[in-house]
Amino acid sequence: MRIGVLAMQGAFAEHIAMLRQLKVEALPVRLPSELENMDGLVIPGGESTSIGRLIAVYKLADEVKKFAERGLPIFGTCAGMILLAREISDSDVEPLGLMDITVRRNAFGRQKDSFEAELNIPALGEKPFLGIFIRAPLIEKVNGKTEILARLGDGTIVAARQGKLLAAAFHPELTDDLRFHQYFLDIAAESNKS
Amino acid sequence: METGTWKVKTGLAQMLKGGVIMDVVTPEHARIAQEAGACAVMALERVPADIRAAGGVARMADPTVIENIKKAVSIPVMAKCRIGHFVEAQALEALGIDYIDESEVLTPADEAHHIWKHDFKVPFVCGCRNLGEALRRLGEGAAMIRTKGEAGTGNVVEAVRHMRAVTDAIRKLVNMPEEELMAEAKEMSAPFELVQEIHKTGKLPVVNFAAGGVATPADAALMMQLGADGVFVGSGIFKSAKPEVMAKAIVKATTHYQDAAIIAEVSKNLGDAMPGLDIKQIPTEELLASRGW
Repeated sequence: MRIGVLAMQGAFAEHIAMLRQLKVEALPVRLPSELENMDGLVIPGGESTSIGRLIAVYKLADEVKKFAERGLPIFGTCAGMILLAREISDSDVEPLGLMDITVRRNAFGRQKDSFEAELNIPALGEKPFLGIFIRAPLIEKVNGKTEILARLGDGTIVAARQGKLLAAAFHPELTDDLRFHQYFLDIAAESNKS
Repeated sequence: METGTWKVKTGLAQMLKGGVIMDVVTPEHARIAQEAGACAVMALERVPADIRAAGGVARMADPTVIENIKKAVSIPVMAKCRIGHFVEAQALEALGIDYIDESEVLTPADEAHHIWKHDFKVPFVCGCRNLGEALRRLGEGAAMIRTKGEAGTGNVVEAVRHMRAVTDAIRKLVNMPEEELMAEAKEMSAPFELVQEIHKTGKLPVVNFAAGGVATPADAALMMQLGADGVFVGSGIFKSAKPEVMAKAIVKATTHYQDAAIIAEVSKNLGDAMPGLDIKQIPTEELLASRGW
């Protein structure tokens, strides 16, 4: 299996390292041609305005939309989740609009409010998952068939899945816990079969 | 829920990687930077080229300047405090700045000691000229490093020198037998545990950007190819003839740093880059990089 990681800006090297630990081929994607022959795509954390501006150049944004239309899986973390959203409240970013979620950027405040919290994510098993939230967004609303995967203690939605699209407000790629990436690869493997 | 952890401090720097952090002095500059795709801005009263020209004591910016810039953009906002001036740092933390640069561009407040950065919840970035200096700053709690270069010159030569010094020293440590690490730690005046860690991992435990003299898209890509995780551009953007165009071009060149065709394309019709200074013409006592230890 081959997974591309969008490498405009942000923590793409961390995602590539995690995917390689899970024994799949992982490659950076900077140009539309590099999306060809990928079985899945990760949109990493970084600055969503920066990534958003850079994917508009060289028409990469259009290619990512076509990638999703072809039914291929995409996993977005933090900035990646923002870009996947259908709608962003109060924002400088134009999202790709692929997932039926409404997202709020910098929802917890500035860097001094960035935090770590243990999350219960039933889809990943019983052991709690360490959520690292850095100037993180949150999911205000899920619509349609979107499934909620994780909430904070106060009920705030921080991870969701819609078919083959997966979004997390936090950074699994900054931990040593491979379960979230494995979950994504399982989704990718299913779509490979069908 | 825990804030101000090491993971959260170093993590923000990881999110900045592959990006360009631009010096700005007005909200308008900040908006231009964000629109061009900068991953963060550094809020200042004057860019380094003007600080250099003005002389005198350079201090933390007026909080009003910082607050207006914070209001103008949604990307992270950094600000500089003087080396060793922990009260300026406390003030910047209170202002809700996302990253503090304990910077040699401002006039040092302490010629012997840097700030004990572990005491802060806000993360710090610090400059270095070599690996020993980088590891001393990490020991004090810096969560991100940048090579110093020579700020406000538009001349990339010092940035290259410092980046090569860091990567050469890492290569040397990796290849060194274990029994020689202690003497090497003594030689480079670096914490032994960090020297051991680099011997094992072959890389710095935090993100390392290049700074000080980057003035063109090719300069930015050069620093990236030499191993920088991203670039700071100080005077290079707003001292150039066409700041919007230059800002966008440097952002593209930083992302596509291995793609010569793209670098050639974005280097077209940029107008004049900032006027550069020959390092040899600057009196030794006016070199900013030699501030700090």
